[in-house]
Amino acid sequence: MTITLRLAWRNLWRYPRRTWLTASAIAFVTLLMVFLITLQLGSYDLMVDSSLRIFTGQLQVQREGYLDKPQIRTVVPEALALAQRMRQSPALANVGIAARAQGFALASSGRRSYGVQVVGAEPEHEPRVSTIPRLMKSGRYLSRLDAPEAVVGATLARNLNIKVGDELTLLGSAMDGSVAATVVPVVGLFESGMRELDRQLVELPLRTFQETFGMGDAGHAIVLVAPDLKALPQLRTAVAALLPEGRGLVALDWERLIPGLKQLIQADWASGWFTYIALIVVVTFSILNTFIMSVLERTREFGAMLALGATPARIGVLVFFESLFLTLIGLALGMGLGLLVAFYFSVYGFTYPGLAELMGQYGLPGLIYPKLSFVSVALGPAVILGFVLLASLYPALRIRRLNAVEAMHAV
Amino acid sequence: MEHTVICRNVSKIYRQDAVSVQALTDINLEIPRLDFVCLSGPSGSGKSTLLNLIGGLDKPTSGEITVDGARVDLLDKGALAKLRLHRLGFVFQSYNLIPVLTARENVEFVMQLQGVRAVERSEKARDILKEVGLDGLEDRRPGELSGGQQQRVAVARAIVSQPSLVLADEPTANLDSKTAENLMQLLRHMNREHGVTFIFSTHDRLVMDFSRRLITLHDGRIVDDRKRE
Repeated sequence: MTITLRLAWRNLWRYPRRTWLTASAIAFVTLLMVFLITLQLGSYDLMVDSSLRIFTGQLQVQREGYLDKPQIRTVVPEALALAQRMRQSPALANVGIAARAQGFALASSGRRSYGVQVVGAEPEHEPRVSTIPRLMKSGRYLSRLDAPEAVVGATLARNLNIKVGDELTLLGSAMDGSVAATVVPVVGLFESGMRELDRQLVELPLRTFQETFGMGDAGHAIVLVAPDLKALPQLRTAVAALLPEGRGLVALDWERLIPGLKQLIQADWASGWFTYIALIVVVTFSILNTFIMSVLERTREFGAMLALGATPARIGVLVFFESLFLTLIGLALGMGLGLLVAFYFSVYGFTYPGLAELMGQYGLPGLIYPKLSFVSVALGPAVILGFVLLASLYPALRIRRLNAVEAMHAV
Repeated sequence: MEHTVICRNVSKIYRQDAVSVQALTDINLEIPRLDFVCLSGPSGSGKSTLLNLIGGLDKPTSGEITVDGARVDLLDKGALAKLRLHRLGFVFQSYNLIPVLTARENVEFVMQLQGVRAVERSEKARDILKEVGLDGLEDRRPGELSGGQQQRVAVARAIVSQPSLVLADEPTANLDSKTAENLMQLLRHMNREHGVTFIFSTHDRLVMDFSRRLITLHDGRIVDDRKRE
């Protein structure tokens, strides 16, 4: 170890209490950053996973162009058969797969009418790609693929003033442009927690939908949900390999299906960083104060060093190393403690009063698991290191202005 | 005769706000190589200012100063730092050792700045500390040494890289008379054995008695300059 490094290290311990206090401040912010960032990223995973499991799914096979312009004619041919083939593929074992058809209709009951989204679902397989079948507020979910029945969002039911057992009239456009109409009993009302779904979604069994809308055996989407969202790239590859060629079918992941969710996460991530940066800046100023004190009280010593032939840059490097060592001590402590806290909650889950009740209403877990990864753990400390080292440049640069004679006479 | 220091018409005026203080006036001086020169005079006479100018720590307001062949009044900051590092040694009144380094590390510090290899540094530091009478105390920090011992470390630090000139500003001011005498004997020994020119400032009659040339300043002017036997 060169004398400069040795000197920098020993200078830290001239006032151990001050060094420990400063290192503790850095450690505390680091701990907070490690925990909060891992928790924030974990909450995004939970948010994405939960949102996708309610209705959209992680991946959908659609006819190219349907996403941008959802016309009833833009179909996935032989949707049920394709979904069945996928379910039989060993590459998609443990993956929930269900075919759907989608259209728009006017829903009427008595004197009230509302525009609704109508979805044809496979009652047997829909529970593996959507939580709606488990979120029935009253009644039951759809029974058979060709049963003449419907389930309706709770808000829509309230708006239409209907309840389980009442009849619902659907009037829309069939695939060939003719009038599509049916009257079905409502067998259940669901409450997904997603306002749009609860206000405008009606689900029919897929065959009933196909008959009503003149779809033949076609659908509009095959919805897929894997046990773990992290496996999405592999899932997409496996699905793409199973798609029949020349039909214009594409596999779209959730980021394409609901870009709003990603934008919401990005906005939340950015606003989170405003708070983090404010926290870091406050701590950086208190650390800067320590650095400046440490330099000011050694003005005479620096004056002597300049007289002996040390350049201001050399002394600046010394001060920079002192700051670096101090920061690294704080970061190491903070990262160690932060990792311990984050690891504990990544195993046992983190919650706060009211979260479990809120999430439980929609069939979702009430625990957030911090996401431990190199990036989630190292990002906060790296930003702190950058800020603190930037701050340490100030006292290092002040040394450039020192005059050896004046410095040696400093009190 | 070869001169280590030549001052030609050197003046120094300190200006602060509207006030000017004439610290040195028209100093002309030649100090031959290997001389052992004492600058004496009352406080404020300009001793320290002259040492600072010769050491390149400050710039004269007018005049020329040549040290070891280099015009220090014309050099920039970087060149002056290099000159001080390689050709000058300094001994200060209050020792100015680095408190967190041991005696050996303090001596090595200057050599490290010079880029001397670690093994050579260590060897030279050990030898010079032995020579100044600090054998066995190399690993003590300044706080664990007496004032006289600390000043010996400072002398070892000043002399270790064989400078042409050592400037000592009141080196015995904080020492008792016995310790001061020992230190002066050491400086004279270094002057003879290491072939280094010494210029030191003092108020102390005992210290003046060790010099071979005594220059007296008063109000920034040389009022007496005599060789001593």
